Amino acid sequence: MPIRLAVLALWRHPARTLLALLGIAVSAALLLDMVMLATGMRENFQGFLMLKGYQLRVAPKGTLPFDSDATIDSATALVSAIARLQGVIAVSPVLGAQVQTTSPADSNVSAFTLGVFPDVQGDYELLRGTDLSDSTSLVANDLWLTATGHAIGDTVSLAVGYDPQLRTVVGQRRLVVRGVARFFYIAATQPTLAMRLPVLQAMGGRERQDRVSLVMVKAAAGVDAEVVRSRIEKVSARVSAFSLEGATSAVEQRLGYFRQLALVLGSISLAVGVLLVTTLITIGVNERAGEIAVLRAIGVAKGSIVRQVVTEGVILTGTGAIAGIAIGLVTATWLERILADFPGLPTTFHFFVFQPRDAGIALGLLALAGMLAGIYPAWRAASLPIAVTLRREAVA
Amino acid sequence: MTAIVQVRDLARDYSMGSGAVHALRGVSFDVDEGEWVAIVGPSGCGKSTLLNLIGAVDTPDSGALTIANQRIDRLSDGEATAFRLRRIGFVFQRFYLMPALTAAENVELPMAEAKLPRDERRARVRELLGYVGLGERADHRPSQLSGGEQQRVAIARALANRPALLLADEPTGELDAATGLEMIDLFRRLNRDGTTIVVVTHDAQMADAAQRRIQMRDGAIISGGLA
Repeated sequence: MPIRLAVLALWRHPARTLLALLGIAVSAALLLDMVMLATGMRENFQGFLMLKGYQLRVAPKGTLPFDSDATIDSATALVSAIARLQGVIAVSPVLGAQVQTTSPADSNVSAFTLGVFPDVQGDYELLRGTDLSDSTSLVANDLWLTATGHAIGDTVSLAVGYDPQLRTVVGQRRLVVRGVARFFYIAATQPTLAMRLPVLQAMGGRERQDRVSLVMVKAAAGVDAEVVRSRIEKVSARVSAFSLEGATSAVEQRLGYFRQLALVLGSISLAVGVLLVTTLITIGVNERAGEIAVLRAIGVAKGSIVRQVVTEGVILTGTGAIAGIAIGLVTATWLERILADFPGLPTTFHFFVFQPRDAGIALGLLALAGMLAGIYPAWRAASLPIAVTLRREAVA
Repeated sequence: MTAIVQVRDLARDYSMGSGAVHALRGVSFDVDEGEWVAIVGPSGCGKSTLLNLIGAVDTPDSGALTIANQRIDRLSDGEATAFRLRRIGFVFQRFYLMPALTAAENVELPMAEAKLPRDERRARVRELLGYVGLGERADHRPSQLSGGEQQRVAIARALANRPALLLADEPTGELDAATGLEMIDLFRRLNRDGTTIVVVTHDAQMADAAQRRIQMRDGAIISGGLA
C-alpha cells in the first residue's frame, strides 16, 4: 500500500512530477558523466598502458617515458641485463626520433619515428601489409601516407637530421613501406613511422649509437611488477623504472584537476537532485497535511507514513536516474568527440569509459539521495500533530 | 451494562498566545457498551477536544480515560496508534477519504495497515460496502461519489477493523437535510446491530436519535454526565 499511495501521490500532479523527473534526469546524467570521467580516465589509462601487456616502462633517470629527448646509453647491455632478471618474460627497447622525407619528389614531411624490434614491440598494431621483416622495411600510419602520397610497396628516402645552412641531410636511408599500422601512444594528428631499432640507431650516427629512449618490460603472470621495478633500478642507476601503478599514479597526479572537477560537479549535481526532490516532496506533504493527519487518526503508523514519503523520493530519483543514464551516455559520447580533438591525444585514449559499475554507482548514489531527500519531508509528515492539523483543516 | 468508555476528571488546556485556554475542565462520564451517545453544545465548548481525547489522537493534561478496559491517557505514540487502528473507528465531518484511492481501497486501508490477509480484506470490504449500500460503487473514486456516499464510505472505513467504539465528529455537518436523515438512519442501524457510538453534533435530529445526550458548555458537562 505505501508504494501505491506514493505513486498515486506523485501522479496527482503529473506536470510537476514530470518536470521534477526531467530535473533529476539531467542531474543523474551529469553525475554519471562525472563518475565516468573520474573513474574512466584512470581505468582507461591502465588499459591504455597495458595494450600489449607490458606492465613496466624504463626511462632515462629522472624523466617520464618520452617526456624529453633524453636517451639511455649502453642499451644492449641494459636490455640483456633486464631480460635476465627473474620474472621478466619480454623486453622491448624503443628509440624515438624525428625523421624527414628527403626525396626531391616528396614534400618535406616530418614524422615521429620509433625504432623497435617487431617481434617484441608493444607500440603499434599492423592494420595492412607486412611487418618490419628486414632492415629496409618501414611501417607507417595512414596520416603519413596521406601527407606524403606514398603507399605500401613504395621506396622512400628518409633522414634523421637536416642542416638548413649546409642544406645537407644526416643519416639518409632508403626504405620500403611494407605495412600500415595504428600507433597506440602517438597523437592522432602526428604522422608516424616505425623501423627496426638498429636501423634508426644507425641513421642517428654516434649520437644515437646503442641508445634507446625507453624500454618496455613484461613480467610473467603472477609476478609482482613492483618487485621487478625495484630489481630494474638496481641493475642500472641511469634509469627510472615505472610500474603500471606508478605510471598511473604519476598520470593521476597530472590529471588531478580533472578528477577534482569531476568530483565537485558530480557532488553539485547530486546536491541539486537531493534539494529538488526534497522541495517537491515537502510541498506535496504540506498540501496533504490533512490527509496525513487523517491517516494517522485512523491508526496508520508513523513508520508507514515515513515509508510512503521516502518511497516517493526513491520512485522520483529512480525513474529520473534511469532516464538520466540514457541522457548521460548520449552526452558522454558527444563530450568524448569534443575532447578527442584535444591536441596530442592518442586515438586509443578515451576520457569517458562506460562501465556497468559506473551506472551502478550513479544509480546507487541517486537511490541513496532519493532516500535522504525523503527523510526531511517524511519526518515532517510523521510529526504532524494529529488533533491540531485536523482542527486547522476543518477551519480551512 | 458494562461501561466501555470511562472518563474521569479529564482536563485539557491549550496555550494560546496570551495565556492558557481551558478546553476541558474536569469532565467525567461513562458510555455503556452498545450505547449511542450524542455530545452537544455551542462551538468552542470542548466537544471535539473531548472526542480527540477519547479517540487517542490527543492526550489529556490530567484525569483518567479508560476505553474497553484499557487506560489510554498515558499511551506512547506507537501504543496510541495501534489502539486507534484496532479499537477506534473515526468518522469526520469532511469525510477525509484518500482522493486517489477507490471506495474499496479506502475501506481496505486500515485493514492493510493491520496486516490482515488480502482475501480477508477483500471479503470484509464487500461486506462493509454492501452494509452501507455502496456495493455497486466500490471502484469509484471519492470525486465520483456524492457527499452522502463519501460519508458512507468513511463509515465503512471506520468499521473496517471491527472497532470497540465508533467516534463521529459532526457526521452530518457537510450533508443536506435529506442526506443527513439517511445518515441518521445508518447510525441507528449501526447501533441496533451492536456498535457503540459517540457522536459530536450540532444537528438536533442526530442528537435526538441518540439514546443519551451529554450537554457541554465552556469545557464542562452541564447535563448527561456523571452525577
